[in-house]
Amino acid sequence: MLIIGCGNRQRSDDGAGIVVAEKLRELGIKADTFAGQLADLIEAWTGADDVIVVDVVVTGAPVGTVQTWDARQALISRKAPASTHGLGVAEAIELARVLARLPARLQVYVIEGQRFEHGAKISPELHSGIEEVVHRIVDAVSATVCATYKQDTKECGTPRPGLVEKKACR
Amino acid sequence: MTGRATKTIRVNTLARVEGEGSLYIKLVGERVADVKLKIYEPPRFFEAFLRGRHFSEAPDITARICGICPIAYQMSAVHAIERALGIQITPAVRLLRRLFYCGEWIESHTLHVYMLHAPDFLGYADAIAMAKDHRAVVEKALRLKKIGNRIVQLLGGREIHPISAAVGGFYKVPTEQQLRELVGDLEWALEASLETVRWTASLEFPNFEQDYEFVALCHEREYPFNEGRLVSNRGLDIDTAEYEDHFVELHVKHSNALHSVVRGRDSYLVGPLARFNLNFDKLPETVQRVAIDVGLRPPVKNIFRSIVVRAVELVFACAEALRAIREYEPPASPRAEVHNRIGVGQAITEAPRGILYHRYALDENGKILAAKIVPPTSQNQKRIEDDLREYAPRLVARPIEEATWKCEQAIRSYDPCISCATHFLKLSVDREQITD
Repeated sequence: MLIIGCGNRQRSDDGAGIVVAEKLRELGIKADTFAGQLADLIEAWTGADDVIVVDVVVTGAPVGTVQTWDARQALISRKAPASTHGLGVAEAIELARVLARLPARLQVYVIEGQRFEHGAKISPELHSGIEEVVHRIVDAVSATVCATYKQDTKECGTPRPGLVEKKACR
Repeated sequence: MTGRATKTIRVNTLARVEGEGSLYIKLVGERVADVKLKIYEPPRFFEAFLRGRHFSEAPDITARICGICPIAYQMSAVHAIERALGIQITPAVRLLRRLFYCGEWIESHTLHVYMLHAPDFLGYADAIAMAKDHRAVVEKALRLKKIGNRIVQLLGGREIHPISAAVGGFYKVPTEQQLRELVGDLEWALEASLETVRWTASLEFPNFEQDYEFVALCHEREYPFNEGRLVSNRGLDIDTAEYEDHFVELHVKHSNALHSVVRGRDSYLVGPLARFNLNFDKLPETVQRVAIDVGLRPPVKNIFRSIVVRAVELVFACAEALRAIREYEPPASPRAEVHNRIGVGQAITEAPRGILYHRYALDENGKILAAKIVPPTSQNQKRIEDDLREYAPRLVARPIEEATWKCEQAIRSYDPCISCATHFLKLSVDREQITD
């Protein structure tokens, strides 16, 4: 599974996707960060089958709200996931769809943001959203690990040591 | 009897863009009563951040100003500081810096030509809509840009906000083998760029020529990246250290970005058109021929045709990158020895969208006492307004949506360094119609 936290750590709430990636790394889960351009995001997931992208949006929902999209199933509202880095995540997804370069599975987790001025401080209201996304991704990774484990052993055991130590396999 | 109707149209933008801008045009009949282009350029605050920092930090700090052209900021920073410190770089470092800049031009020009500007000419809302009908074109763009990224990653340590450029050279230089591994891709990129020139030249351009003052670096032998005198088609020919004697920044109420004008004259144009018109003879003959074959000869005075000039510069960047790789011999040391000393240094380099001026004053401990940065978009800002003042009256009979689009297209011709030029514009048009 490829996990990509998108955003700009120097643009207030826009850094939330990066913070999610950093927290996942602290838990031993490999997560990339991405602050580049649309074209580069498509390149970043090229070759991966199972991808999670995390970004910040402005949809009018309460600040900190977490939403999830299955990019294979639904068009992403291009007015929602705005971006400080030019053509953003939503555009990358839609362009990849047109070019038939979407990964087989692409989940998009977005957190509602409100402030995007220069500065590294993220609005307090986003912190619960960040934690929620981290937990959801941990669950998703655990499920993937368990599924793989079950496939290999025909039974469920504990996740790989050091990966998600506090999460039991379900 | 005379009646007046005021019409206001607003095009809302995405909530977050890297730099926000808006355009206000007031038309009274066919007369433009007012044009205001507002661009907020937070990068200017970096001048204050830099004060008190050691000069060695300047390349990495200024690279953060822009995600699209960080190398331009790094190059202007290192050259200005090297001038202040009296440092001579080695030929190998000089060559690598040209290669580094080629990578940025390939990335930036590809992004702008294909993703941001081409949809205007083909009647698409954006590159995604364009990709539905021109999939191969967009695929080509993605591959081209990736090749630019590879150069930047190799020389800069990473694709975004590179970290290897240093005062005196680089922190780490590539091996000959690492550079040779780029050759195959670059040979493909050169061919793709040639196709790009022919493709862009086949687009339809509004008939809109202006009497610009073009300003660009001019080097005695080479198409400019990092070195040369600053020249214009109106007699300017100065050392880059004299920049502030000849250019002045003016504050205007409606914009946080300062307007630049030539002292005693007016607005001027920087970027591909200026470089091409003032340096055509410095392009390799093969690249000159590519331009001539599609009917492009200096002076090009139609800003809409900048997309073709960018494509020609894409050819040049690929050819120059291949030359640099062929001629590269790793230096004995990746960077020259650097010693603190009191001094002031200025430098101008050619960012993809035009000249980028840096000045640093250093104390005896290498601390930056003062910094000044004049980005290309700031320099073009007044020129954009002047273009729109001339162009908008020609659109008065068009439906407002079309007029809006045309004005945006004109602005995008400048490739303003607001990375999402497609989305950056909020347009307000007050149209007062006089009816009898």
